Amino acid sequence: MKTSPAGAGGQPLATGPQKSTGTRRKAITVKRPVETWSLELYVAGLTPGARLALANLKAVCKEHLAGRYQIEVVDLVKHPQLARGEQILALPTLVRRLPQPLRQVVGDLSDTQRVLVGLNLAPNALRS
Amino acid sequence: MISRMPNKKPAKVSRTFNLPKAATGIQGLDAVTGGGLPKGRPTLICGGAGTGKTLMAMEFLVRGATEYGEPGVFVSFEERPVDLVANVASLGFHLSKLQDQKKLAVDYVHLERSEIEETGEYNLEGLFIRLVSAIDSVKAKRIAFDSLESLYAGLQNHAVVRAELRRLFGWLKDRGISAVITAERGEGALTRYALEEYVADCVILLDHRVADEVSTRYLRVIKYRGTSHGTNEFPFLIGESGLSVLPITSVALDFAASRQRISSGIPHLDEMLGGKGYYRGSSVLIAGNPGTGKTSFAASFADSICRSGQRCLYVAFEESPAQLTRNMGSIGIDLKHWNDKGLLKFYAVRPTARGLEEHLLTIWDLIVRWRPEAVVLDPITNLISIGALQSVTRMLMRLIVYIKSRGLTGVCTALLHDAADPQLSFTGIASAMDTRLMLMNQQANGEHNRLFYIMKSRGAAHSNQIREFKLTDRGVQILDVYNCPGQVLTGSARIAQEAVERDEKAGRHKVLEKQRRELVERENVIQEQIRVLGDLIEAGAGELERSIPGGKSHPAAPMRRKKTRMKPRIVAAHVNGANAPSPEEP
Repeated sequence: MKTSPAGAGGQPLATGPQKSTGTRRKAITVKRPVETWSLELYVAGLTPGARLALANLKAVCKEHLAGRYQIEVVDLVKHPQLARGEQILALPTLVRRLPQPLRQVVGDLSDTQRVLVGLNLAPNALRS
Repeated sequence: MISRMPNKKPAKVSRTFNLPKAATGIQGLDAVTGGGLPKGRPTLICGGAGTGKTLMAMEFLVRGATEYGEPGVFVSFEERPVDLVANVASLGFHLSKLQDQKKLAVDYVHLERSEIEETGEYNLEGLFIRLVSAIDSVKAKRIAFDSLESLYAGLQNHAVVRAELRRLFGWLKDRGISAVITAERGEGALTRYALEEYVADCVILLDHRVADEVSTRYLRVIKYRGTSHGTNEFPFLIGESGLSVLPITSVALDFAASRQRISSGIPHLDEMLGGKGYYRGSSVLIAGNPGTGKTSFAASFADSICRSGQRCLYVAFEESPAQLTRNMGSIGIDLKHWNDKGLLKFYAVRPTARGLEEHLLTIWDLIVRWRPEAVVLDPITNLISIGALQSVTRMLMRLIVYIKSRGLTGVCTALLHDAADPQLSFTGIASAMDTRLMLMNQQANGEHNRLFYIMKSRGAAHSNQIREFKLTDRGVQILDVYNCPGQVLTGSARIAQEAVERDEKAGRHKVLEKQRRELVERENVIQEQIRVLGDLIEAGAGELERSIPGGKSHPAAPMRRKKTRMKPRIVAAHVNGANAPSPEEP
């Protein structure tokens, strides 16, 4: 997913030799503290369960990932081949595509605490 | 969409008879199940690790796709497609080819509990969508799940899994798809998660056990709704071309009896068996002590089968094909030639190399696939070394009955030891045999001679004589009967007797010759006398003419002379007719 703006792409070209220095690298990471979370919610039609899951997901994201997330709802009825490609069995399934590693949370996401654990957000949330 | 399908209970079987079946194509399994697995219904295959569940499920699909025009979907929860393709390639199944031909679809479902967090309600709609897409891609009629238990292991909410599986199988039934589910055997239950309680119309249990250090696989049909089935354990084999189940008890005693005869390969023996040889489709036991020539008899038969252009399977438990070929070559039987021509196939393996069931299954498998006309088992007694006498006898009986049921002629050799009672050790098998030849050695006059007799031959007139035979460079030669009052002469006694008779014959000839010569001699003498007498008559007549001056000659004289000259010719002709050297004309 192309999340980096044009500037980020151009920087290594200009500062290539200097990249090895520790201070420089640190500066870059500090410059991008906000990583966009890419989340996919797999459903089969907008069933009550799917609606509930989406609502729960939005609530969690608003609270813990405000401004740095994007949600894509994938309807497997329309794209059945994706079920196989993404190894989806249960529905609804929430997939955390970014940041790596890939994680799956299955169910209607009604238990917020478990959702946070599933998305590996819980420790961060505690720290912040 | 599946989710909108009514959640149906298993449909009631309205037709109790002729439940439709999906033939598995697995050797023997269709015989055990009366035609195959329930068509359009789920079948559970359970068993411990390494019992062949995956292979059986896969063969069901592959045979369906290749032989019965029913494409299939293999849903693998355990093995990755790459591994699966490699594993079944050893059975001669080319999955990639079938996939390219749209006859088979493989879907690998990856499920790892540690990677999944569960929160709240869910269903398995995603799995169903995948199945629908896979089923539609090949228009599948068959599906295999290997194994569904991974769902239980991968998901925490077993209530959901159970409900969804019920829905899945209801849906598969509605679509008329024959399903096979594999499951690991559980403690105190057939399967760990009691799948058998709600998903299967038919349950097959696979097992393997080690007895006497030899492992054998067994299959048992535990349950089969709406059909009768064999409840016994059947040994099965994972061979080079798939599974083979030996449907031993399904072999009924209802085979046809052929009236055709088949040569034993030994002309004199054919004569002794009513002039025609063995019955086609009968079983023959050639029993004897070591070195009595059992293998030579068997090889003669094999040679004769091949000579008639038919195929013969030679099962050698004692000698390697090379050794057999060499040894039989020494008595003028060229087995290599037939082997090269593809008419003779050897199955040579040490009895101890495999379990009893496996041996018999392999032979059985060869019979089914290679379709020989005759089978030679040489010697069956060697199998005793790998099992209890009782089980060997039972298995051999099954094999022999099976060979007969296919209308094949089976020739077995059996080694009898002097010490053991031959009647005892082969009671069961010997009585199952239609023809039984007993071979023996006779030691007398410092010699060792080969004898045999036909102990029995069902349904055919047969000689009751004990005959001597020799192993010559032209095969087994049965010698003419030589029985003096009370005994059969063999070896040099026979030769001596033959010489005596030859002498007698020569003597008789001499006497005849002498008699004929005497007859000729006597005839010559008489001829001479006749001639002298004729001369006397002529002389007398001459004198009479001379004593009558100017008188006519006696009219009777020339006529009488003619008569007397005719008789010797008749005698000569008679002697000629008796094949005597023609006497000189006087």
